[in-house]
Formats: sequence, structure tokens, C-alpha cells
Amino acid sequence: MRKPEKNRLRRTMMFMSAQKPALVKDAYIFGADSVILDLEDAVAENQKDAARFSLYHTLKSVDYGSTERVVRINALDTPHWAEDVRVCVAGGADAIRIAKCESAKDVQVIDEAVTAAEKEFGVPEGTTLLMAALESPMGIINALEICKASPRMFGIALSGGDYRRCLHTKYYPSGSEMLAARGQMIIAARAAGVQCFDTVFTNFNDMEGFRAETQLIKEMGFDGKSIVTPKQLAIAHEIFAPTAKEIAEAERVVFAIRENAKKGVGIFLVDGKMLDIAFVEGAERTLSLAKATGLYKGDLV
Amino acid sequence: MRNAVGREIPDELLTGGREVFQGNAYRDGYTYTKVGPTVRASVMSKETKVVADIRAAIEACGMKDGMTISFHHHFRDGDYIVNQVMQVIRELGLRDITVAASSLGSANDVLAQCIEEGIVTGIQTSGIRGRIGEAVSTGKLKTPAILRTHGGRVRAIECGEVHIDVAFIGASSSDEFGNASGKNGKANCGCLSYSDIDARYADKVVVITDTLVPFPNKPASISCIDVDYVVVVDEIGNPKKIASAAARITDNPRDLKIAEKCAEIMRATPYFKDGFSFQTGVGGPSIATTLFLKKYMEEDGIKMGWIVGGISTPMVELLKEGLIGQLADTQDFDMGAIESLNVTPGHYEVTTSEYANPMNKSAYVDKLDFVVLAALEVDVDFNVNVITGSDGILRGAPGGHPDTANGAKCTIIVAPLVRGRIPTVCDKVVTISTPGESIDILVTEYGVAVNPKRADLIAALDEAGVEHVTIQQLRDKAYSMVGVPDPVQFKDRVVAIMEARDGTILDVVREIKPYSYDG
Repeated sequence: MRKPEKNRLRRTMMFMSAQKPALVKDAYIFGADSVILDLEDAVAENQKDAARFSLYHTLKSVDYGSTERVVRINALDTPHWAEDVRVCVAGGADAIRIAKCESAKDVQVIDEAVTAAEKEFGVPEGTTLLMAALESPMGIINALEICKASPRMFGIALSGGDYRRCLHTKYYPSGSEMLAARGQMIIAARAAGVQCFDTVFTNFNDMEGFRAETQLIKEMGFDGKSIVTPKQLAIAHEIFAPTAKEIAEAERVVFAIRENAKKGVGIFLVDGKMLDIAFVEGAERTLSLAKATGLYKGDLV
Repeated sequence: MRNAVGREIPDELLTGGREVFQGNAYRDGYTYTKVGPTVRASVMSKETKVVADIRAAIEACGMKDGMTISFHHHFRDGDYIVNQVMQVIRELGLRDITVAASSLGSANDVLAQCIEEGIVTGIQTSGIRGRIGEAVSTGKLKTPAILRTHGGRVRAIECGEVHIDVAFIGASSSDEFGNASGKNGKANCGCLSYSDIDARYADKVVVITDTLVPFPNKPASISCIDVDYVVVVDEIGNPKKIASAAARITDNPRDLKIAEKCAEIMRATPYFKDGFSFQTGVGGPSIATTLFLKKYMEEDGIKMGWIVGGISTPMVELLKEGLIGQLADTQDFDMGAIESLNVTPGHYEVTTSEYANPMNKSAYVDKLDFVVLAALEVDVDFNVNVITGSDGILRGAPGGHPDTANGAKCTIIVAPLVRGRIPTVCDKVVTISTPGESIDILVTEYGVAVNPKRADLIAALDEAGVEHVTIQQLRDKAYSMVGVPDPVQFKDRVVAIMEARDGTILDVVREIKPYSYDG
């Protein structure tokens, strides 16, 4: 059983139908930070039990290495979610993604079911993390309470298809149709101290469109992007990777702050910019990300 | 007698100077005299060499029982030539024929029937698939089939190990004297490289075309100086199956991952520098590798000197963009390549002898920096099998694999670690078609293994930060996923001889035994 990691690197969360053994047997080889084994939309209504069977054996028998295994379960208005939760916990999934989440209550219902399943299968309580997919205006409005609904919560994700439909709009390359939702979500997530993930980009052949959307959400502060094909991985990782210049700057900032702190100096100049202790967290985050992606080998973080 | 790759070769096969494989360099410096064809001179002028039909050509050639005939495989799955010729041979009641083809595929299934009927009693080829492979593997062929590399076939013909009595050369166009081309016709294939040796060394040469053009048909792959007869038929093949509109670039993420890793490895070696040379095929990750290379060449500001071998549209596009200097073409995989041949500056045909014959004074493969090749199986000694399936049945083609693998400075195998329930990396391949000493690097979607004898490449990859594991680790991973397969069960009788490119015996294929749980 792996230790829960709420704040791990999640630049890419890749969906894979849990029903397809040929896909899930080694979905980790492509290098996504997380794989989302899907029991929901990718699985036909009359195949839910077969998908759970395949999911359970994947979780039990395939070594995903450092790749996180998240399972998207069916929504609370279906007859499937309770059994989905039991299978996830019994198999040892790292996290569960709650579909169509609209309120703190939805999270708490799942939280209770997970706790019961952890007891049933002898899993240490709190091992299984939760994330919520916000797919409706109500979910977006309640983003903050959803983020804070359970200590298991590590993040929220936007689900674009359903949300755009609810909003009576469609995909626009500028991202204007999603601006309000993305803005509300990232603020709520940061206020609650959890991560925030963007929706999938479904046109597999439009790599430039994918790049533009990923760049936008990275600039907004999102932690990662949901993806649907390994073809999108390299671009997402490239965009989320700090540049050599950012890493060098962060190194100088962290070093200067620590050196000045020893001397009792609180405010000082680095590269002509005025800095104080407030900058250290951002610089350290840049170095941690750089270290996790193999771009930084130093010892400041 | 056990050979240099540990395979037991029955002594009864070691007759007439035939030896077991003793390493790639064994026949370096070998001295020999080339044989030549028997030619019937045409001193007095004539109007035409066109005869009424295939039957008339066969009769004019004086074909008899026991003769050896040849075909090329430039028409691939669209070939109608083999079927038309074999149909006439059957009608004429000829028996005991040996077919020495450059390769045989599913379009030539009629040969399986000819084998069963005793019309064909010998097969010499590079590729063997479909019903022909099954017929040979189940012991229907009277003599062991001889499987050769592309270069090895040329060598065998020039050394006189195989003497072709009548060569049937399908051509997309020809004039009345037999200047023949793979272009200018209704069903075009581009090069006719594999036929060059047949035209020059067969006693009788028959060109079969469906497009007769005015004399002289230039440029011609086959020269009229070697041609005895020309036959015009309704159709030489199915154009749609001869060449696709454009070779498809894979969108399989597994293949793309392998291709990207392969290009990354090439970039990490010292051979990735301005003017480097390269060969790859058309399937799976191959073309994608070429496109990833494009990215790296642009980033590093270098250009590729030349490509040799099978050509496809993406290579032609890179030639036109100036990223590749020359395309030395031996076969054309799609319409873009066919149309470009002899038209785009720098895109020209080379013969199979120039390409890969190990007994030449040199060949293009000897100048290769990189070759990227596929494999059905690779074992922990890096031996490769591209000829027998996991069920032990003949279903593949060494082609230029062993030739280029031996020639190139860096030979990379790209393959998925498992196919369904079949491990690609294993303890012992069913049949060795390319010896492990020729293979430098194996790239799978699960990791990369470098042949331990290439300490220089290991150092280069380490220097570039490219992770690699041992081939034993890859085998263990494959076995942990799909289990260790039971060995394929064979009878004692040898049904095919896998020749090394120098003519020594690399391995033998035995008659398949229906699987039994008792072993």
C-alpha cells in the first residue's frame, strides 16, 4: 500500500478505459504523472461489472511504478458508485475521482463510503485520496466548499464537455467560454490549499490548439491538465516545465533569501529586483518542479 | 555441427563446400570467380522481341522439367506475374521446378498449390509468407527451402550457387526490345532493383508488361541487352496493392514512443553529425523515427547525407526540403516515392548488388551509419528472428535485415516488448535470421538495451542521460507480464535453411509438429 501524496506532481492526468486490459496493463509506460482508470463514460452501461473486474486485477497485479492510479467512478445518481468505491479501495487505488460533483455533501457521501470500504478491506483509514470533477454551474459555484469538504481531497478538475453544454456555449479557441469557471476554480482551490486541473482537449489532431489551451491554464495557475491521448503528454510536460531561466532565477532568489536571513536582512535586491521573504515560496516551488522533472539537480530543495 | 551462434546444423547439409556460420567476418577477403549466363546472340537486326503470350515465351525459352526460374517482388501484394506464369507451367505439365524469387508474399499463394502438386520442388527466397510458408513448414516441399538475405541472393547467383534458367521480370512498362521500367505504366512500382541480377545472370530473360511503349524506354532499370523475349499481358498487377497512395505514419502511441526514443538514441551517438547515412523500413515506428529525426536535425543544424533502401513519401519530402542529400532507392513503398524516382534531383535507383552484396568489393550498406530494423523476436544474445512466427511457421523475410545490420555502424532494433501474449524479448529465438553480433541497440516501449560489446555506445548514452537496462531485464519484464512460453515443437526433418549473407548456414527451420501437451 502506497502512502497518500496529496501534493505530488500532477502535470498530466491521462484517461484510460478501465474496461480495456490491453490499455490498462501498461498505461504507465507513456510517462503521465497520473493515469485515470475510467469506470464512468468510457464504459457502456451493461459493461460496468466487467470494467470493475478488469480494474481490480489491474490495480492488484500491475506495477505502475511512480505513476499515480486514480479511478473515475460513476456519479452519485447512478446505481454503480457504491460498488465502484469498494473495488477501488479493495484494489488499492491511490485516489478516486468523483464525477459530476456539485456540493460538499457529494464529497462527504463518497468519503463515508471510502472510510467504510477501508475498514472492510483492512486499508489504513485516509489512504485513499479524493478529487472532484466539477461539471455544472452549481459545482463551480460550490467549488470552495467542495475543496474543503474532506481531508482526503487533493484537488478539483474541470469537466469541459458537460459544463459548456450547461452554459449554452461550445469550445472556442480563445477559451473565453471557460474563463469564469477556470477563474473561480483556481481561486477556490488555492484558498482551500488543494490542486486544480483543467479539462481534456478532445481534438487529437489539433496539437497547436492543445498547446494554446495548456499554456493558458498554466498561466492561470493550474497544476495540470487532463489528457486523453499519450500524444498530448510531451507538449503538456514541456509547458509545465520551468525554463532554464526560471530555474536559474529561482536558485538565485532562494540562495539570496537564505544568505540574507542569516545576516538578519529582510529586504534586498537580486538582479535589480527588490525581494523579500514572500518570494521564497514561489522560487522553492519552481525548484521542486524542476527537480521532479529532472531539470534541477541542486540541493536547495 | 554447432555454428558460431550455437545452432546445431545437420552434417548432411554440409556438402559441396557448404559450411556452418562462423561469424560475420569469416569470409572477409574471400576470393572467388563469378559465373556467367549462357547467351544466345542476336547478330542480325530484328523488329521486335514481343511474343504472343507467356506460353509462347516459355516454349521459346525451351523450358524443361527441373529448371530454375525467378521472379522479383516489386509488385508486393498486387503481383499477378507469378500466378500467370505458374498457371502456364502447370498447363504445360512441367515438373520439378525451383522458384528462386527475391521474395514471396500472399499474392503468390498459387505456389503453395504448385508445391503440393509437385510442380515446384525447390524454393529459394528472402521472404516466405502465407500459404507458401505453411506448405514449407508442414513438409510439403520436396527439398529444403533456402532463405537468403537480399545481398546473399545476389552473392549466390554471382557465385553460381543458384543458376537461373529463365527469369520472368514483371515491368510496369517496356519497349519491344525489353528496355523495362517500373514507371510509365498502368501499374507502377518504381525501382526494379531486385531484378538487375536476374537480368544479368539468367540464361533466358522474359520481360512481362501491360504497357508497351515506343523504343527506347528510358530511363530503364532493365536493359534490352539482357532480354530475350517481351510479353504483353492485360494486367501485371493490382496498382492499389502494389503501392499505397502514401505510406501511413503510425498514430499508435506505443509505436510513436518507440520511434521518439529511437531518434533520441541516434542523436546521443557520435554518428549523428552532418552528412550521416540512414536506412529504415516502412512499418510500425519506422517512418515516425524519420520524422522525429527531422526535428533533431533542425535543432542541431545538421543534414542527413543519404538514405538507402526502401523509400516512402516522407523521405522524398525531406529530400525536397534539403534535409536529406540523396535517396539511393532499392524499392518504393508508395506513389510519392514512385513518382519522385529519377525525377527529384538526388533520388536514384541502385541495384540490390550495389545495395547489399557481401561478396562485392564494397556495397552501400557498408557505408551506413544507422539502420533501424524491426524484429519478431530478439533473444538475450541479441540474435534476431524475422522469419518464423511464435508458432514455428515460416512467415517473414530477412530481406536486407542481416545485410544492413552487419554494415551499419549503429544497428537499432525497434519492437514492442510483447505482442498479445507473445514475448518479443526471449531466452532463445525460434530461428536466428540476423546474428546478435550485428545488433547494437534494442528499443522497446519498456526500455532500451545496448549490446554489452558496444561499450562506446553505452558510454554515449550515459553521457546523454538516456536510460538503458540489460536485455535480461527486458526479457524478465516480458516474461513477468505474459509468462514463459513453452518451446515450439518440431520434427527432425529440415524444411528450410537460413543462410547467413556470406552463404554459410546460420540456422535451419524444421518441420512443424502439431502442438501436444506431452511435448
